[in-house]
Amino acid sequence: MTNYKTDLTQLKNEEMILNMGPQHPSMHGVLRLELLTDGEIVKECTPHIGYLHRCFEKHAENLTYQQIIPFVDRMDYLTSMNNDHIFVMGVEKMMGIDQAIPKRTEYIRVLVSELNRIASHLIAIGTYGMDIGAVTPFFWCFRDREHILNLLEWASGARLLYNYIWVGGNFYDLPIGFEDRCSEFVEYFKPKMRDLDDLLTNNQIFINRTKNVGVLPLDVAVNYGCSGPMLRASGLKWDLRRVDEYSIYPELEFNVPMGEGLMGTVGDCWDRYYVRVQEVYESLHIIEQCLERLKGPLKRSADYDPRSNMPKKIIPKAQEFYIRGESPKGELGYFFVTDGKTERPIRCKARSGSFSNLSVLPEITKGAMIADIVAILGSIDIVLGEVDR
Amino acid sequence: MTFEEIKNKIISSFGAEIILAEQAEQLQASISISAEHLQKLCTFLRDEPELYFDYLNCLSGVDYGIDKTELAVVYHLSSIPYKHQLVIKVMIPFDRTSAILPSIPSVSSIWRSADWHEREAFDMYGIQFDGHPDMRRILCPDDWEGYPLRKDYEPAELYNGLKIKFDRDTTHD
Repeated sequence: MTNYKTDLTQLKNEEMILNMGPQHPSMHGVLRLELLTDGEIVKECTPHIGYLHRCFEKHAENLTYQQIIPFVDRMDYLTSMNNDHIFVMGVEKMMGIDQAIPKRTEYIRVLVSELNRIASHLIAIGTYGMDIGAVTPFFWCFRDREHILNLLEWASGARLLYNYIWVGGNFYDLPIGFEDRCSEFVEYFKPKMRDLDDLLTNNQIFINRTKNVGVLPLDVAVNYGCSGPMLRASGLKWDLRRVDEYSIYPELEFNVPMGEGLMGTVGDCWDRYYVRVQEVYESLHIIEQCLERLKGPLKRSADYDPRSNMPKKIIPKAQEFYIRGESPKGELGYFFVTDGKTERPIRCKARSGSFSNLSVLPEITKGAMIADIVAILGSIDIVLGEVDR
Repeated sequence: MTFEEIKNKIISSFGAEIILAEQAEQLQASISISAEHLQKLCTFLRDEPELYFDYLNCLSGVDYGIDKTELAVVYHLSSIPYKHQLVIKVMIPFDRTSAILPSIPSVSSIWRSADWHEREAFDMYGIQFDGHPDMRRILCPDDWEGYPLRKDYEPAELYNGLKIKFDRDTTHD
């Protein structure tokens, strides 16, 4: 293969090329890392991506906006609701109908998005523990995530790939009794989350494996375009839900957690892990507020139709538009180019959080141990479906 | 800062002729500049204390249609301390029949996030970014033929002995 950046004949005696992945459980999918090692020390790390490339952008150019939504689901397949929400928001802005969406619809969207955010962070936390060698949190996370998936399946009909949020509305109203079941889940989950927190966060073995490892300084993070928990762990309060104030987030109360270097340096693996843990609590808080309003002032009524504002034909004016939003992995953006004549975009580029977050890996793995590569990669929390699209 | 203020700031430093066109009436205003000014303008935008565009959100290649003789690269910038945004568009003339790739200066030395995005634009549109440290395909295999997101792209019959070309499904129209 000509892929190797380093000419093998130029290697020094003590150097070795080590290949990690693409079929390796710690690579979180099909990522291949090419490591130039000197004993246990990694001198250089080159990620090779594209093993899960499914031509999302090419497909999108041949589909109508409504038909693209299921494809968007499959980008980051752990957070389909968030993907949908941001995509739909962009199309609605281009159509100029974003102010006409009923409040109940918006609250339902945020409710399911935040549920999905918890599910995604549970996977991140669980698999991260497993990468480091703690197996129990993995089972606990998957047990609780299953409750969320059941709820979302009840609402949308699918376990992972929902296609629930549509342009101008939602697929259906929430099923009857959903709000109560959701409240039950929140009450059930809070102590479970604290258990998980106790088990992993202050575990000395876990701390020793993650503190001061893979430190990402803030200036590097910004320069590399890192976003989401990755950027916040480096000590910057930057959450697009607060910065752009999209959807109904300005009406909701929540904090933006950021890395403080409690166990070591700001921006190390432990900080990235802990930002996610705190975000789960914040999401629970958001869900409680949404439920309160969905049961109270915005409760279901006979005349509420989640599809009432759906345009018959989605043909935005000729324009170029970039929409961004906060997905659990980071900034998810879509860049649309439309011609104003057809129902299909000329260009639909997806900018995913994982893609930019992963690009910083060569920078923060320089001089790390081989075993720490797994810890660093796990803390970035990538989903290859989103990296490769 | 609003779009007008940012634009005036650019004009006062570089002169009005740097902005070839602007799309101010759209939802997101953008400016078009020529490729030769790209690097010095981007360095200015990043380093000027009042603008401070320290974050490159997205870099996309665009092919506007099969009848057009140019490709575009669109830069979405934002400033973290000031929270303002700017869109820069660069049109690159290119000849669809020629094997010579269109080229544009790389901004990966200004924002490292451009590194992978430029590789993606190279992979999908065959835009050569001069000065990029590692210009090779990123999503497609290294031995892939053609640039898939160009509007005139036709896949090869075979890839490594596998049939990859199928009749175009027109049921979506």
